[in-house]
Amino acid sequence: MDKKIVLETQDLTKRYDGNTVVDHLNLHVAENEVFGLLGPNGAGKTTTILMLLGLTEPASGSARIFGFNSTREPLKVKSLTGYLPERLGFYDGLTARQNLRFIARLNNMGNDEANQQIDQVLEAVGLTKVADTAVGKFSRGMKQRLGIADVLVKEPRLAILDEPTAGLDPEGINQILDLITGLPKMGTTVVMCSHRLYEVQRICHSIAILAAGKLVVEGALDTLGREALAGGRYRIEVETADSSPQLVEIIGKIKGVKSVEVEGNFLHVTTDSDLRAAISKAVVDNGVALTQVKMQEFSLDDIYKKYFKEG
Amino acid sequence: MITIIRKELADYFTSVRCFILFLLVLLASAAGLYAAYEGIRGVDISTGFVFINLFTTSGESIPSLVTFIGIFVPIIGIALGFDAINREYSTGTMSRILSQPIYRDSVINGKFLAGIITLAIMMATTLLIVSGFGLRMIGVPPSAEEIIRLFIYFVSIVIFGAFWMGLAILFSVIIRNLAISLLASLAVWLFFGFFYTMLIVPAVAKTVDMYLVLLRLSPNTLFDEATMAMLLPQSRGLGLLASGEVSYMIPNPLPLGQSLLLVWPQLTTMIALAAVCFAVSYIVFMRQEIRAT
Repeated sequence: MDKKIVLETQDLTKRYDGNTVVDHLNLHVAENEVFGLLGPNGAGKTTTILMLLGLTEPASGSARIFGFNSTREPLKVKSLTGYLPERLGFYDGLTARQNLRFIARLNNMGNDEANQQIDQVLEAVGLTKVADTAVGKFSRGMKQRLGIADVLVKEPRLAILDEPTAGLDPEGINQILDLITGLPKMGTTVVMCSHRLYEVQRICHSIAILAAGKLVVEGALDTLGREALAGGRYRIEVETADSSPQLVEIIGKIKGVKSVEVEGNFLHVTTDSDLRAAISKAVVDNGVALTQVKMQEFSLDDIYKKYFKEG
Repeated sequence: MITIIRKELADYFTSVRCFILFLLVLLASAAGLYAAYEGIRGVDISTGFVFINLFTTSGESIPSLVTFIGIFVPIIGIALGFDAINREYSTGTMSRILSQPIYRDSVINGKFLAGIITLAIMMATTLLIVSGFGLRMIGVPPSAEEIIRLFIYFVSIVIFGAFWMGLAILFSVIIRNLAISLLASLAVWLFFGFFYTMLIVPAVAKTVDMYLVLLRLSPNTLFDEATMAMLLPQSRGLGLLASGEVSYMIPNPLPLGQSLLLVWPQLTTMIALAAVCFAVSYIVFMRQEIRAT
């Protein structure tokens, strides 16, 4: 990988009462990407996060964030990292602004800097109107947004978000996802856990799937998708006015095409690389009207199912 | 840590809990003053101490201010400390705070210090209110020695309160349920306040010495003795004296230095008890796992 690795774990292991919750985990997160951590409940995602932040000591192995050892230099790690816990809580008696100010102070931010930053993040998550309302009166969704604001107020280089969209309505989910998508541009790498696969598919560049504390698979999302769906190949769907056998033969002869299947007016072409341009050209050169050519989309569901069938 | 102390103090002073505690303290001050009003004419002022009697005089049916303080200080300590740590866990704020770049111990240190500051402010208020109204009532100003004695008494109150708060914080670290940790602290308080001195010690003790030693295992006894030595200067020894000994006593007050010597073991033991409570909760808290569930 040519990108800088900002988060790395080496054989990270955690045991609770003799049960191995996280088992020799090796993760790599590159700078300025959105990394999805997936897995069924109890797979060890949250425990992994706690170890990354130095809140829990690993039984063996180590984690490094920006080169700092999470167990030995937790303060350095924590000053660079923002964490949104799954079960997040605020001081109900304090207002949204006061809650954020407390966090800003714990991060040694000056008053002016903190106020400016607080206004900015409240605006970003759409809570400006209720900034001076006690958090006790907030709805679940509002608290979730405040949680995101809470992570961003310290301007982290790495944001670890555990279920960032839990409890939000569809509109809120979109807002938050857009916000998360924009973070890498501002220099914040994101690691997020989520059970909603379509969300992960929409915003994550790379994913890792955990099951029973073990890493099932890790990698860039598009590569994994192709592997799951077509054994690492591309599938291209071609719709024409008339899919004659000659056309099938011609497409089959294009270099890189592995197989062509006919299904009504549709041709399903399996290839080694993205050959959409070459295929369209062949169809048109043959005098057949081309309706559409598209790369078949995989869904994260397929990836998830594939690995869990194997596991 | 300063940030945490500031936040905790702000929390305490805006909370209903503290408001109620302040009301209680005011009530106790009023009752103590009334007791002094009823009883102060009867006190023996041949010792040369007048002002100090405001605190130790009881009325016909109302106990003296120091009795009230002896009862209320543990309650205040417990009320300030019983949910210090476990509330952070139950509201889910603990993992949020601990993921900030602060040392973990600054959380528990900050809470303990903020509690002590609150307690000190409350008790200082009480003593000052009583002094102020008392001064108006009797018109005799306190001597320098009386002021010093009162100040040492104040310090011993804070230490005594710190012990109970340390104990309550210890329970709040060990027990996750708020109600149970409160009950546990109150149970210890009841045990030492009533059962231990009234039932267990008389039943177990075989000799007078053993009786005294057992009695002094209770922080309440230590505090009562410290109070007595500081505010009743004529007391020459703590604990029981044989009637023969009493008849040889010269009825004059001890100088401040001698009273301090008398009370020194009590004070150090109370400091040690408070320190042990805090140290145990500190260690348990530092080693506690922040678990996923």
